[in-house]
Amino acid sequence: MTHTALHQFLDDSARLYPDKVAVKDLARGAITYHELATLSERLRDRLNLVGIRPGDRVGIYLRKSIDAVASIFGIMKAGAAYVPVDPGAPTSRNAYILNNCSVKAVVVEQAFEEGLRTEIGRHGEVPRLLLLQGTGGGQPLWKALEREQGKDPAPMAQPGIPLPDDLAYILYTSGSTGKPKGVMLSHRNAVSFVDWCSEVFEPHEADRFSSHAPFHFDLSILDLFVSIKHGATLVLMGDEVGKEPVRLAPVISEQRITFWYSAPSILSLLAQYGNLDRYDYSSLRMVLFAGEVFPVKHLRGLKSLLPTPRYFNLYGPTETNVCTFYEVPTRIPEDRTKPFPIGKTCSHLESKVINEDGKEVEGGGEGELCICGPAVMQGYWNLSERSARAFLLDSSGQRWYKTGDIVIEDGEGNYIFIGRRDRMVKRRGYRVELGEIEACLYRHSALKEVGVIALPDNEAGIRIKAFLSTQEEKHPSRIELKRFCAERLPLYMVPDFFAFEDSLPKTSTGKIDYQKLKEID
Amino acid sequence: MEAIDNTVKAYILKEFLPGEDPEELTSSTPLIAGGILDSIATLKLVEFLERRYNIELLAHELDAEHLGTISAIAETVHSKLGIKA
Repeated sequence: MTHTALHQFLDDSARLYPDKVAVKDLARGAITYHELATLSERLRDRLNLVGIRPGDRVGIYLRKSIDAVASIFGIMKAGAAYVPVDPGAPTSRNAYILNNCSVKAVVVEQAFEEGLRTEIGRHGEVPRLLLLQGTGGGQPLWKALEREQGKDPAPMAQPGIPLPDDLAYILYTSGSTGKPKGVMLSHRNAVSFVDWCSEVFEPHEADRFSSHAPFHFDLSILDLFVSIKHGATLVLMGDEVGKEPVRLAPVISEQRITFWYSAPSILSLLAQYGNLDRYDYSSLRMVLFAGEVFPVKHLRGLKSLLPTPRYFNLYGPTETNVCTFYEVPTRIPEDRTKPFPIGKTCSHLESKVINEDGKEVEGGGEGELCICGPAVMQGYWNLSERSARAFLLDSSGQRWYKTGDIVIEDGEGNYIFIGRRDRMVKRRGYRVELGEIEACLYRHSALKEVGVIALPDNEAGIRIKAFLSTQEEKHPSRIELKRFCAERLPLYMVPDFFAFEDSLPKTSTGKIDYQKLKEID
Repeated sequence: MEAIDNTVKAYILKEFLPGEDPEELTSSTPLIAGGILDSIATLKLVEFLERRYNIELLAHELDAEHLGTISAIAETVHSKLGIKA
C-alpha cells in the first residue's frame, strides 16, 4: 500500500507488530511499536490543544533518545513539520534556527531551557516550550505529558493525514552568508525516498538498523523511516558512543546490527581504531555510506575486516536526499586509489548534467549534476531568491535542483564526483560553507580580514585553515580564536589552523584571492 | 606530573595548535569546550598517550573529566602509571 505521509508507516507497523521493539536506546530502554504510536499520539493531542495546526513548525531540542523519536512522530501527527536542532551546537545558533522558521512550540530538555529562553528572547517572543526533565527511553516525554495533562487535559485529537506537499521537516545546513539555511522537505519528498530504499535494499521486520546520524542530519531519514516502515528495530547510537570507534565497534556486534548507515569518516575510524577483528559481525548485511568521499584505502581496509555485507555508496544533498547510488564491488583491486563513482540515478528521480550556460552536456562530458523528481525539496525557508537560484526551470516547467557538484560519466552510466562549483566542503559528512566560518570570524573585533580555505588531508579528509589579518599588531591567540569559533559554530566547523598575514592577497577585483592563499602553504 | 604536563603540552601545541605561542596554553586551558580537541583530535591524543606511556585508556575515560585540560590529562596518565607500578 502506498502512503502519502511519513507517520503512516508507524501506524501500519503498530497494527502489524504492536509488541515488537520499534526503537532501542543502548542504555535507557526500548519501546514497542504500540507504545511508540501511543506516546506520539499523546504528544499530538497536547500540541493540538496548544494550538499547533497543519502548516506549523515545532522544534526538537533533545539529545538523541526514544523521546526524540516519539517527538518526531507526534509533531508530524499534529500536522506540523519538525525542526530538529543539534543539542551539541551553540545555543545561539539553535535559537537562530528556531526563530528563523518561527516554530510555535519546542520540545526541549530542561538542560537547554534557560539558554534557549535567553537566546531566543533576543530575537522575539519565546515559543511555547514542552519541558522534559531529561531524555531516555520515552519516560521523560510521558512524564512531561502527564504533568501537562494534570494541569490542562488534552482531548484526543482527530488523526489527520497531511497533503503530500505539506512539510514534514526542515533541516538546517550551513549557509555561505553566515547564517544556516532551512531545507524544506515535504511528506512526498521523504516518502518517495523511503519507498526507493525499500525497493533497492529489501529490508524486513527482522532487520536491526543502526541510527548513527543525529536527527538534524538527513542520513537519519533513512534510519528512522525505512526501519519503522518495515517493522524493524532501530538501535540509537548517541553522540557519546557514536564518535568513538573503540566503544562503537562492540555495540554494532552486540546489537546484531544488520543495516549500517553513516558518513564514511566514522567507518574509516572503525577500520583503523575499532579492533574489528575482535568481534562477530555475521549479522551485518548492509553497509551504506554517504556524505563525503570514502578514501579507497580505508574502504578496502574495512571490507577486508568485514567481508560479508554489501556496500553501497549513496550520494545526494539534503535538498534531494539520496539521488544516485553505487554498489561497491566485492573485490577492490590492491592498486586502486581512485574513489568509487557516486553511481546511477535512483529510479524515483531523473538527472542531467549541465554546462555553465545551463545547457545539457551530452556524451558524458563534465558539468553540474541536476536532479528532478518527487524527492526534490520545496525550497529554502524564507529565502525565496536563494531558492529560485537553486533551481533550473526547463521548457516544460519542470524544476531541476542544481546540486553544485561537478560530475562526469564513466561510460557505464555511473557519475563520478569531480568537485564543487562553490565554496562548500564536506567534513565528517557535514556540509560546511567556508563563508559561514568567515562570517563568524569577522565578528571578532580584533580581525580585519579573513580568508578560509580547505586543504586536502589524507587522514582527516580535509583540514580547514583560516588566514587572518588583524586591526592591530598584536593578534589574538589561536586558543582564543578556537574558543571564539566553538562558542558560535558546531565543532566540525572550527578551523584546524590559523595563520596571520599582514594583509591577505586580493584578486584584480579586490576580492580575497583564495587561489593565492592555497599557494601560501 | 610536571614532566607529563610538558610532554602533553608539547604534543598538543605541535598537533592541534601549530604556530601558537606556548605561553598561551596553560594547564587549565579548556581543551574540549574550547574547540581544541574535537573527536578525531581526541583519538589521536589517546593513541599518543597510550603509546608514549604504555597505558590503556578505557572508552568511558575519553571525556572532559579525564581529558578536558592538560592537568586533567596528566592526572589521568599519572593514576594509570601509579596503578601499574
